[in-house]
Amino acid sequence: MSDRGRFLPLGAAALALALVPLFGPPSYVMHMAVQILLWSFIYTAWSIMGRFGLVSLGHGAFLGIGMYVPALLWNLYGVTPWLGIPLGVLLAVLSALVIGWPCFRLKVVGHYFALVTLALTEVARLSIIAARDITGGSLGMTPKPVPGGHSWWALQFVDKAYFFWIGLGLWLFGLWAWRAVDRSMRNPALEAIAEDETAAAAIGIGVTRLKLEVTLISAALTALGGAAMGQYLQYLNPETHAGIGISLQIVFAAIAGGMYAMLGPTVGAVLTLVLTEALRIAFGTTLIGAANTIYGVLLILFIIFMPRGIVGLIEERLRARGAKA
Amino acid sequence: MLEVTGLSKSFGGFLAVSQVSFALARGEILGLIGPNGSGKSTTFNLIAGTYPPSEGRILFEGHDIGGLGADRICHLGIGRTFQIPRPFRKLSLCDNVAVAAYYGRNQAIAREEARAEARRVLALVGLPSDQDAMADGLGAAGLKKLELARALATQPKLLLADESLGGLDAGEMDQAAELLRRIRGEMGITIIWVEHIMGVLMKVVDRVIVLDHGEKIAEGKPAEVARDPRVIEVYLGSAGHG
Repeated sequence: MSDRGRFLPLGAAALALALVPLFGPPSYVMHMAVQILLWSFIYTAWSIMGRFGLVSLGHGAFLGIGMYVPALLWNLYGVTPWLGIPLGVLLAVLSALVIGWPCFRLKVVGHYFALVTLALTEVARLSIIAARDITGGSLGMTPKPVPGGHSWWALQFVDKAYFFWIGLGLWLFGLWAWRAVDRSMRNPALEAIAEDETAAAAIGIGVTRLKLEVTLISAALTALGGAAMGQYLQYLNPETHAGIGISLQIVFAAIAGGMYAMLGPTVGAVLTLVLTEALRIAFGTTLIGAANTIYGVLLILFIIFMPRGIVGLIEERLRARGAKA
Repeated sequence: MLEVTGLSKSFGGFLAVSQVSFALARGEILGLIGPNGSGKSTTFNLIAGTYPPSEGRILFEGHDIGGLGADRICHLGIGRTFQIPRPFRKLSLCDNVAVAAYYGRNQAIAREEARAEARRVLALVGLPSDQDAMADGLGAAGLKKLELARALATQPKLLLADESLGGLDAGEMDQAAELLRRIRGEMGITIIWVEHIMGVLMKVVDRVIVLDHGEKIAEGKPAEVARDPRVIEVYLGSAGHG
């Protein structure tokens, strides 16, 4: 199928989606929709590198940095998020560089790379907690609200429709970035690196440079997603937005949806959010912990029996049917 | 074109290559032979930049390339194949070679041009170039050809061909030897050829270097080297028993 043929339905779907807020759906539906869009963007950002065997558990750090930098600058100095967000993204990219460059130079790969990045996540979480005078520590923080609650300058909106459109734009931007990697020679080059770094270097591929490039792209997008999430939630917490927990959440959701397919992470976001909500509503305040346990068991089953995720499985089935026909 | 002086490499306490020196002229085919573990592949890996030498100098067209990264050395014009083929199994044959054409050359080329080059080189070595052909369908001979195609796609001035004939039958060997001769003749690529099997190699190369235990023990025309008593002892002797 041509690129245009593939993107036409997606463009139409995006346009239809953009019209949804105009029909005034219930606030709860809008809340779920915004979360799905923003998490889809973040999971897509992770998978842009994760699909090449670069499994990072450090994305909690990038998310947290992207979230806290604009909020802190706003609260402490009144700096608009329009400036704070790029600075947060920049800081996330720098920390990705500090972790990525030595890892890739020294050929730290696979599980070891995951562990190093895990340390980064914890450093970010603990730093936020340690700076409790300005960040509120484990209690979290709230960006100072503007009077009336609606301001483009502060990027704060009462009407969820604004965040829906921002989320939609970011999500499409994430898919575009994915395609941009695929349309260049980077995709086969990164596949080659994932399979055999020595052989890749022997045919002239700058292994360190290419891995670093895709890592920085992924970190930047994740930080951007974190910033949008912070502006939307108006509440930042190091435990839920910067630690191991969020890093694992990203990895699980991306794997469950299918990190090798462009829409896999999006499916992962829908699945995990709907599942979380369904379990929360089903169990309410009875049987505390049951919801989390079921959630965890389901994810483990997914990863064991569908390593390529839901979208990967569907693709496989379609291909098998196509081969038979 | 290539000048290697006092090249040594040790892994921990083990001296894999010791004080090896040789020179190579443009357009030559040089054979590098020796029994298993004699340091042939290590010498290749040092020239190709897979790891840095412990001692010694490698001059390629006047550049000191000792210790440069493998990707840089590839850009300078040295292509190599691996003794055990290392195909990228998740990529099509065409993409295997196209990434080499795209990233391996000294000057940038467009994506479509890289794909076209890949198809051209695949046809040259005799492999299918359609988009669906994968490495999984290839046997030993096919994988060796893929190694060669990837190396050629980077437009090398010097080709390091590592044991390119291991695991092939007699007919395939002659074909492969003929291909190397054509690569030198038609494309003007200088070749160093590492090989276990002396027979075919001796018919093609201009000059031979014999390694044993990491040291150079003989150098010269194939016919002279084959008469050298030390070579007969360490190489042909052992091969005769094996």
